[in-house]
Amino acid sequence: PAHPALARPPLAIGSNLCVSFPPERIDMKRKAALVGGGQKRIDAQHKRGKLTARERVELLLDPESFVESDMFVEHRCSDFGMEQDRNKFPGDSVVTGRGRINGRLVYVFSQDFTVFGGSLSGAHAQKICKIMDQAMTVGAPVIGLNDSGGARIQEGVESLAGYADIFLRNVLASGVVPQISLIMGPCAGGAVYSPALTDFTFMVKDTSYLFITGPDVVKSVTNEDVTQEELGGAKTHTTVSGVAHHAFENDVDALLNMREFFNFLPLSNQDPSPIRACHDPSDRLVTSLDTIVPFETTKAYDMLDIIHAIVDERDFFEIMPSYAKNIVVGFARMNGRTVGIVGNQPKVASGCLDINSSVKGARFVRFCDAFNIPIITFVDVPGFLPGTAQEYGGIIRHGAKLLYAFAEATVPKITIITRKAYGGAYDVMSSKHLRGDVNYAWPSAEVAVMGAKGAVQIIFRGKENQAEAEAEYVEKFANPFPAAVRGFVDDIIEPATTRKKICRDLEVLASKKQVNPWKKHANIPL
Amino acid sequence: MLTESRLLDLLLHHSIVYAAFQSRCCTLHCKTQYSTIYNPDEKVIKTCQKMGIKSVAVHSDVDASAVHVKMADEAVCVGPAPTSKSYLNMDAIMDAIRSTGAQAVHPGYGFLSENKEFAKRLAAEGVTFIGPDTHAIMAMGDKIESKLIAKAAKVNTIPGFDGVVETADDAVKIAQQIGYPVMIKASAGGGGKGMRIAWNDEETREGFRFSSQEAASSFGDDRLLIEKYIDNPRHIEIQVLADKHGNALWLNERECSIQRRNQKVVEEAPSTFLDSVTRRAMGEQAVQLAKAVQYSSAGTVEFLVDSKKNFYFLEMNTRLQVEHPITECITGLDLVEQMIRVAKGYKLLHKQEDIPINGWAIESRVYAEDPYKSFGLPSIGRLSQYQEPLNLSNVRVDSGIQEGSDISIYYDPMISKLVTYGATRAEALSKMEDALDNYVIRGVTHNIPLLREIITHPRFISGDISTNFLPEVYPDGFKGHQLEVGNRRELLASAAALYITAQLRSQKVLECTHWELCAELGEGLYSMEVTKSGNVYIVEVDGGKVEVSGQWNLASTLLPLTINGTDRMLQCLSRDASGQIVLQYLGTSFKVRVLSKLAAELNSYMPEKVAEDTSSILRSPMPGSVVAVSVKPGDTVAEGQEICVIEAMKMQNSLTAAKQAKVKKVHCKPGETVGEGDLLVELE
Repeated sequence: PAHPALARPPLAIGSNLCVSFPPERIDMKRKAALVGGGQKRIDAQHKRGKLTARERVELLLDPESFVESDMFVEHRCSDFGMEQDRNKFPGDSVVTGRGRINGRLVYVFSQDFTVFGGSLSGAHAQKICKIMDQAMTVGAPVIGLNDSGGARIQEGVESLAGYADIFLRNVLASGVVPQISLIMGPCAGGAVYSPALTDFTFMVKDTSYLFITGPDVVKSVTNEDVTQEELGGAKTHTTVSGVAHHAFENDVDALLNMREFFNFLPLSNQDPSPIRACHDPSDRLVTSLDTIVPFETTKAYDMLDIIHAIVDERDFFEIMPSYAKNIVVGFARMNGRTVGIVGNQPKVASGCLDINSSVKGARFVRFCDAFNIPIITFVDVPGFLPGTAQEYGGIIRHGAKLLYAFAEATVPKITIITRKAYGGAYDVMSSKHLRGDVNYAWPSAEVAVMGAKGAVQIIFRGKENQAEAEAEYVEKFANPFPAAVRGFVDDIIEPATTRKKICRDLEVLASKKQVNPWKKHANIPL
Repeated sequence: MLTESRLLDLLLHHSIVYAAFQSRCCTLHCKTQYSTIYNPDEKVIKTCQKMGIKSVAVHSDVDASAVHVKMADEAVCVGPAPTSKSYLNMDAIMDAIRSTGAQAVHPGYGFLSENKEFAKRLAAEGVTFIGPDTHAIMAMGDKIESKLIAKAAKVNTIPGFDGVVETADDAVKIAQQIGYPVMIKASAGGGGKGMRIAWNDEETREGFRFSSQEAASSFGDDRLLIEKYIDNPRHIEIQVLADKHGNALWLNERECSIQRRNQKVVEEAPSTFLDSVTRRAMGEQAVQLAKAVQYSSAGTVEFLVDSKKNFYFLEMNTRLQVEHPITECITGLDLVEQMIRVAKGYKLLHKQEDIPINGWAIESRVYAEDPYKSFGLPSIGRLSQYQEPLNLSNVRVDSGIQEGSDISIYYDPMISKLVTYGATRAEALSKMEDALDNYVIRGVTHNIPLLREIITHPRFISGDISTNFLPEVYPDGFKGHQLEVGNRRELLASAAALYITAQLRSQKVLECTHWELCAELGEGLYSMEVTKSGNVYIVEVDGGKVEVSGQWNLASTLLPLTINGTDRMLQCLSRDASGQIVLQYLGTSFKVRVLSKLAAELNSYMPEKVAEDTSSILRSPMPGSVVAVSVKPGDTVAEGQEICVIEAMKMQNSLTAAKQAKVKKVHCKPGETVGEGDLLVELE
């Protein structure tokens, strides 16, 4: 006979195990998950002018499209009394899942400030990693709604590991699916690097903060007095640091804008740039452009006027509108198809290229290239900004980033020189030489090494009649012909026809195929 | 007071045009000589083209691509933007005339059109001035002299006693001679002090007493004057046309009573107020005056008309006026053409009995200005979108601008003269409504909201107007169209339908036909239920049901809708991701924020943003240049004290402190150009 210990257990016990779990308990857990940290904390959240994690998800996604995952996940910390039931919240401090925005798939995580201040536990990180992995598998964007006090101190290193797990996935997903971070509360310490690794970081005014260390630590280390808002508020990051790409008035405004923004993006790098039904005739003549460039070459005009007039329905989603304003970047549509727009802004610092504008432009161009979004470049650039501040700041290596980005891009590239295209900046701004597909010049264009005055001072040094020499130089070079006769611009076009021509060219370029030489990865001058 | 200010105020566009008569021009039989015309807008060039005359436009450098410059056969730049250096620069203009060999000059409406010096210089060089002779300009340019000439020509002038009134009995006697009502005013007076209106003998005595006391205490001078008081005056003017052979015609009247700050806003011809007897009497007096000064060319005799149809000469404008198109509409004459003929020495073609009143014409002056600030403070900007309502019949638009034009701080902010014509007044007015609704102007603030409110106001429609119309009808300033329940429903329903149209377009999969929405409009919050069938939206809102249908083109500036069976032209001014939709409806633009029910609920948690305390900062209310800064940091200013003066479009605006405070920082210097909303001065 078999040893009693080896004897099979009585069947009865086994059948007991098969009895299903009481449904009330599942329901109870679900209900508990839905209220996060409890009504009191929800009220507190509302009082701060913030929505709860679930409200945010609901508003961001199409009605009833949210499919939640890991609602029952709990943290695994057993120190400091964390193992007690009152310290366990089903779902922990983040809501994750997938849903649709205008019918298009998206993965979302939304940190729940009402549970341990949204702090990141190992379980929290694991939930985020899970949906990021799924997003990568099916090829859909990830939107993160950040509202977290930082690491779960009680968990210590597990929390740090969690951050790193997310960072790794941010990096691997980079260029595969679009990643968007919307900062809707605090986001401090190591946590800031996840948004920094994503493609776009948006903030909510007055209620969101991003910093490596808060004002208290700043005070103790550097003795600086600074408020949270000054140190890492929306205004700081959208105007001074360039960390954030746009700021919105409040949670509702931000989430509604995210839906609009999402419409511009392809779901992944395998998707073409999306097309929306267009009510704006693609052959519309824009007569107002015939008079927009002033006669005096020193006079400014607003590049946004040109962009608004050319794109579909004057609908332009500007990225970083308050930072490095001498370059304008953003998304628009041409005949319904998403395009990326880059333009020098003559209204600000004459539209010159400097460190900040080069980096701003480069990052945008690389996003477009990664996600098959054609790039339209409007050029009116007097050159790179001279001076010690720029040279010491490394304008050479930063300027190289923009050059690199344009050169490397294989998406359709259309360039319109509206006025000045001087010096090295001409080369940089998506010139023919960097594989521009279609390069146009307006009649007001002047492609030259530099402006007439400077050129004359060099060519005719010491000559009596500088004015006459200048006139001669202007006659010779301050027009589109020198570039056109060499084929550096494909055509000189009437400004009014610009929209029509771009739309037609994009049709043709839709099937463009261009491959860069094989490499492990390129080495952009960071 | 009621006259248009002379040189600059009425100029239509920043441009002046010369046209050159050409040798082959059959109308004028000129042989191989040029002659120049000089005018502020394309109208003159059009007429020249019609008559086979070549034209030369003069322009300042900022106007180099203006419409009139493109239309003209030749163009000459006469200087930089400030008018004193270009359009008022006689030397430059004379050079332009010489260099182009122009033979005649049409002076247009503003600038040098009534400048006798200019007319003299032209005469000295043998260039024809298309306008009256110098002596007529001079005679009519002087207020006192023109009144004396008018009196001598038996034209009614405002009756009054030119001497000083000694006693109350004298006052009564004089008042009786003049006829009631009379105005008793201090000789040294001003600003309404020491002024009394008397309707009978008793009031005259009383008024005499009060006024002399007030005058003595206010001005230390109790001398009084008496003149006829014009109650509810109307500004009605008679167009005259005279040749160099002693013939003169009156081309009926223009009613120009709707004014703000003594500038005309809406004009019509004929006037609802005049009967044929009064019209004839006014016309004949106007002709008498023209003949008295040997007037030739087109001119305007302005009258004040009281409620009893008594009319009194005000002044004569010796040029073509901005509002001349309405006269052209009802008489069928081209006034510019007539001016050119007369200048060339031809006799008038028409007789007085040939001058008809055919139908009715209304003119609205479309200005780039904000009507919500004192009925119109200038605004500037670039016309990002501009579309005149020329698709409508019987609509005429005289403008010198186009899409892309800049409205700069240098010139008068008029965008255009919008004229509509109809067989009856009602027809012309309804056409004007349509025209205003169809007029697309983007990039600058404009006064279409005010214009549309005026022409649809019951008092205006009934013809019950006077020069006090605007302050009387809008005593607290203009606030835009006030929505009644029905109109508000229409507006909300239109916004909801537009919102859903835009939402549906973005959706790839979801097909929905029923929505619950919320809308914010002003202080109000409205819930809406929307059902869609085909192109029709049925919106339940605010206790009513509205059916909206249309083509729903999201790119179009115009939004032609059928709302509950009525055709309405709305305009979508902007639409953004947060649900904000700005619609122009009944002329006024309204901000409606449309949200899903969920978004609206959640939106209630959103905190109100605290607006910045505006009492301690002074921002420029309009773009312009800083003329003077009256304070420096550290100064203490009293509430209402002048801080600085901003000049925009020839108007000086004094900006004052909103509270008593110490000046913290001054951000502007005299001579600087500032934009609307720019920070000028900070107070503590």
